[in-house]
Amino acid sequence: MKKYRIFVTGKQGIFDPAGKTAQNALDNLGYEGIKDLKIGKFIQMNCDDAVSVEAVTEMCEKLLANPIIEDFRIEEVGA
Amino acid sequence: MSNPNESTPNGSPSSSPAASSPVPSNPVPSNSTAGNSPSINSAAIPAPVADVVETLDAAAAPEIAVQLGLNLEEYENVVATQGRVPTLTELYIYSLMWSEHCSYKHSKKQLRRFSSEGEHVLQGPGENAGVISVGDGWAVAFKMESHNHPSAIEPFEGAATGVGGIIRDIFTMGARPIASLDSLRFGTLDKPRQRYLFDGAVAGIGAYGNCLGVPTIGGEVYFEEAYEGNCLINAMAIGLMREENLTRAVGSGPGNLVVLIGSSTGRDGIGGASVLASQEFDEAAENKRPAVQVGDPFEEKLLIEVCLELLKRGLFVALGDLGAAGLTSSASEMASRGGVGIDIDVRKVPQREDAMQAFEIMVSESQERMLAVVRPDDLSEVKEACERWGVAWAAIGTITDTGRFVVRDSELPAGSDIVADMPAEMLAESAPEYDPFMKRPAYLDEAQGFDLTTLKHPHGVEELNAAFLSVLASPNIASKAWIWRQYDHQVMNNTVVLPGSDAAVLRIGDTGRGEMSTRGIAASTDCNGRYCYLDPYTGAQIALAESARNLACTGAEPAAITDCLNFGNPEKPEVFWTFSEAVRGLADACKFYDIPVISGNVSFYNESFGHAIYPTPVVGIVGLVEDISCVATAAFKQAGDTIILVGETDDELGGSEYLKVVHGLVAGCPPALDLELEGDIQRVVRTAVRQRLVASAHDCSEGGIAVALAESCIAGGIGATVALDDNLPSASSLFSETQSRILVSVTDANVTAFLTLLAEAEVPYSVIGEVGGALLEIEDKLTVSLKDIAHLYNTTLEHQVLTH
Amino acid sequence: MTGVAGATVAVAATAATTAAGTTTTAAATAATTAAGTTTTTAATAAAAATAATNATNATNLHFGGVVFPGSNCEQDVVYALRFLGHEVSYVWHQDTDLAAYDAVVLPGGFSYGDYLRCGAVARFSPVMDAVSAYAHAGRPVIGICNGFQILTEAHLLPGALLRNFGLKFICESVPLRVEQSVCKWLDLAQGTVLRVPINHNEGNYFCDEATHERLEKNGQIVVRYCNPDGTRDAGGSAPNGAFDDIAGICNERGNVFGLMPHPERVCDGLAGPHATDGVPFFKVIASYVEEVRGA
Repeated sequence: MKKYRIFVTGKQGIFDPAGKTAQNALDNLGYEGIKDLKIGKFIQMNCDDAVSVEAVTEMCEKLLANPIIEDFRIEEVGA
Repeated sequence: MSNPNESTPNGSPSSSPAASSPVPSNPVPSNSTAGNSPSINSAAIPAPVADVVETLDAAAAPEIAVQLGLNLEEYENVVATQGRVPTLTELYIYSLMWSEHCSYKHSKKQLRRFSSEGEHVLQGPGENAGVISVGDGWAVAFKMESHNHPSAIEPFEGAATGVGGIIRDIFTMGARPIASLDSLRFGTLDKPRQRYLFDGAVAGIGAYGNCLGVPTIGGEVYFEEAYEGNCLINAMAIGLMREENLTRAVGSGPGNLVVLIGSSTGRDGIGGASVLASQEFDEAAENKRPAVQVGDPFEEKLLIEVCLELLKRGLFVALGDLGAAGLTSSASEMASRGGVGIDIDVRKVPQREDAMQAFEIMVSESQERMLAVVRPDDLSEVKEACERWGVAWAAIGTITDTGRFVVRDSELPAGSDIVADMPAEMLAESAPEYDPFMKRPAYLDEAQGFDLTTLKHPHGVEELNAAFLSVLASPNIASKAWIWRQYDHQVMNNTVVLPGSDAAVLRIGDTGRGEMSTRGIAASTDCNGRYCYLDPYTGAQIALAESARNLACTGAEPAAITDCLNFGNPEKPEVFWTFSEAVRGLADACKFYDIPVISGNVSFYNESFGHAIYPTPVVGIVGLVEDISCVATAAFKQAGDTIILVGETDDELGGSEYLKVVHGLVAGCPPALDLELEGDIQRVVRTAVRQRLVASAHDCSEGGIAVALAESCIAGGIGATVALDDNLPSASSLFSETQSRILVSVTDANVTAFLTLLAEAEVPYSVIGEVGGALLEIEDKLTVSLKDIAHLYNTTLEHQVLTH
Repeated sequence: MTGVAGATVAVAATAATTAAGTTTTAAATAATTAAGTTTTTAATAAAAATAATNATNATNLHFGGVVFPGSNCEQDVVYALRFLGHEVSYVWHQDTDLAAYDAVVLPGGFSYGDYLRCGAVARFSPVMDAVSAYAHAGRPVIGICNGFQILTEAHLLPGALLRNFGLKFICESVPLRVEQSVCKWLDLAQGTVLRVPINHNEGNYFCDEATHERLEKNGQIVVRYCNPDGTRDAGGSAPNGAFDDIAGICNERGNVFGLMPHPERVCDGLAGPHATDGVPFFKVIASYVEEVRGA
């Protein structure tokens, strides 16, 4: 079995109101020094061994991320 | 074998370790009649090893029963019925079906005071929702339900699944859900946790309802210290159908298939709504987090479509939804109502967790699941429809003629695969019924006897202005637009009167069928918990009177009500007395006005650390609008219109918002209610609205006439100049919450006709002034700029939630 | 398919029969406003809209209204279009034949629950291949709210719809300003201000600079959020934070139109004055329809 972890984040320059709100909240709670906070999506997939990282890349390009506004990064766990 | 988190009746935590076990440690209901009931840890239940787990040792069984929430007497009852020691699954099933939340054992007797008779009533209590006919062959189903305890733990999902649950109760009757309303209560917004609960609940209601495409058109919210430990989330839903499509959850036809449709079954809420709703909160509350269900509104939307389609095509013999106690309650009620038996194989139930045991499958509260009875010949069509809509389905059993509720686990060897075998009727109909002790609470005399004249009330315009602005800026009074702007209140294209007025009005029509009418229904939810705290009988009557008055303001006539009765621990005599009085008051008022109670819900155990909420019997009312082109809203319409107060103000500051905000007090008696006068005033205003004599109508409630005037000005974007000649002290004049008062504005052309109607009806009234200008001026009492009060009124709630 | 006076609507449910120039009885009576005694009846306005033989705007078109799992505004769209005198058929998301329709509507709602991203899954429904071909042939397509989101995910319109700036769902009637554009769906003077409800959690339009320049240059920005008087604030007038206050755009040819507001909610005048401001959004220009019919 293969395990993939996919991180989907907003592209640089896309306004991230959720991230901004969380950052403000941490600031209000007294945590200093946070320069930047971005909220994205974490996708976890358990697959048969036959599912290649190329296939997963295609899945990301097609469905799991929107290339206009999002970047993605794939990690194969235990690879 | 007890939970380290539980407290013994002495209040000190026990220290015996929990036995380890592969069985998930989800709490199950506790409702013994002792004081602090032990919470249950099913980690204490013996390890699951095939049939060994089901067969209980006669000596150990009673203790397990108690841990599951039955008292010893109830356990003996189970043994007597079964004629043997029950199996583990049977015990789980009995304990849930006989829990307070499912069986209403503390409230059933009192609830018999309500009448559900009425010429328009098609279905009273006893089904998933009540139904009334509304003319032209249309029928409306509605009901209100609480989801208090889950929401206090996880407000977003608790409120969301509350909405989901009540909506299922509606479409399971064959009605398309057409509206939602929500009655909410929290502690005060200066507390971060209350802001968190409020924000989460509102977001959850919106997320679920908006996704379904059901407009959320009304509701109410109150912020009082009494609800700090126990928020109240009461969700009401309304559905529309053709009369002939009314469906019931009545199993029939031995040999017919029992089909489960919708989401797969997991461990969600094992002991959830039933658990949480049957006990008070204590330190262990946080541990109950896993018991909260997560909603999937997309799945529910698909269920609505596939079920309504299959009902229309006549492919369901019966349909019921799975709510509290999951498959157990749904299946047993269906069998019991039909006088038939049911035989289910738990292994046919689609599961989304590994190694689920029979009892887990039976009591799981996974959301978005429906139970249908289908003729074997029709199964292929049901399958096709489900596949087309992308909804999972499984035939899990059959209807039998034995009258018994039988559960099998086909993973066990054939011949010993029955894990539960009970008379269906015992579960659903023969739950114990209690007649709890009651005692008039000690606090009442002191609270009611408080002398309000000893207080220093504001005098003169400057002081009164200041008092007024602080009342207007109370979150209980201020505009709720921040809330309902998060709700889709227009989908389905039938909302005639949007949120923000006294009652919402919907056109009766089905855009899908292309059948529209010129008639409508109006709906509102009401209850002032403070009044009920000070006098539960009167407070409950006022809840009904006010809901009907809100309808009258739109021109609607009450047709029926549903209710959601929220109280503390019924095992406490003082709490139970308030419940009994509230039910008595509400029943008496309904009888007086001939308004049937067609459905409802009771939520007990709304207490934390020994503090109960205010008695809060919420009324959800639906009324009929004959012609949607003549309804009235609360907003003043144009300069020059005459303002008339129908009814008259008395010196009644008891329980008022003014008293709380300016003096920090909840004391005195609530305003008196004259049922006859109230009825007369509602009738004349309704008639006037229907005759198109009324430019605006708004009822006077919290905040008194000062607030009512302000609201009509702000909504209309126009000021008013009035004089209140009631011969009362100024503060009483402005802020008394005297009942049976409606503020009406009338154009010049209609004044004579309107006053004639009032004279004929022989109701008290006074012409108090005129609409116009940029100020709200109440002679010698108040002078405020419309712009300022609008800003204050409109921004208070958002300001309170976002900043602190 | 040409609209014929007296043509009946070919859908399963009981339908309102329409003919050029008349509105149905039920709709006309229901269309009186409910706000009191001083408002005009929308029946008059709507009747005027359809009764006048309007040389530029088509009547009696046959619309296809696509239904995805989770769509919830398709019935409102169908109702509004019939109210305006058109014929409408539902198109299930797995159907692929759009030839019969003069125009196609992707309605609002929460297709696939808005899970993952709004419209991300719906864009792969079989019907979307047909919608794409239909659009590339120049035939009229309108996407409302979730429909707009699906069109952007399907790359039939540029840009993307992000979460509302304030992170809250907004249901509110807002002022919109009509811009000078090539859109074949809207035929109003630039600067006209309309009030149309928005109802979304993800209506914050975004596109990069290059796309924005193209949209401006080509006249693809169709409606913007604005103040009640039609002006726009320097800091932005969009309640959801949309870039350049963009509420609706079209493709270069102008036949594909996507907007976040819900015009179908304000066609029959039920909710009061301004409650017919949605009518202009469904006025596809007749000559254009003829031009591309059968394309």
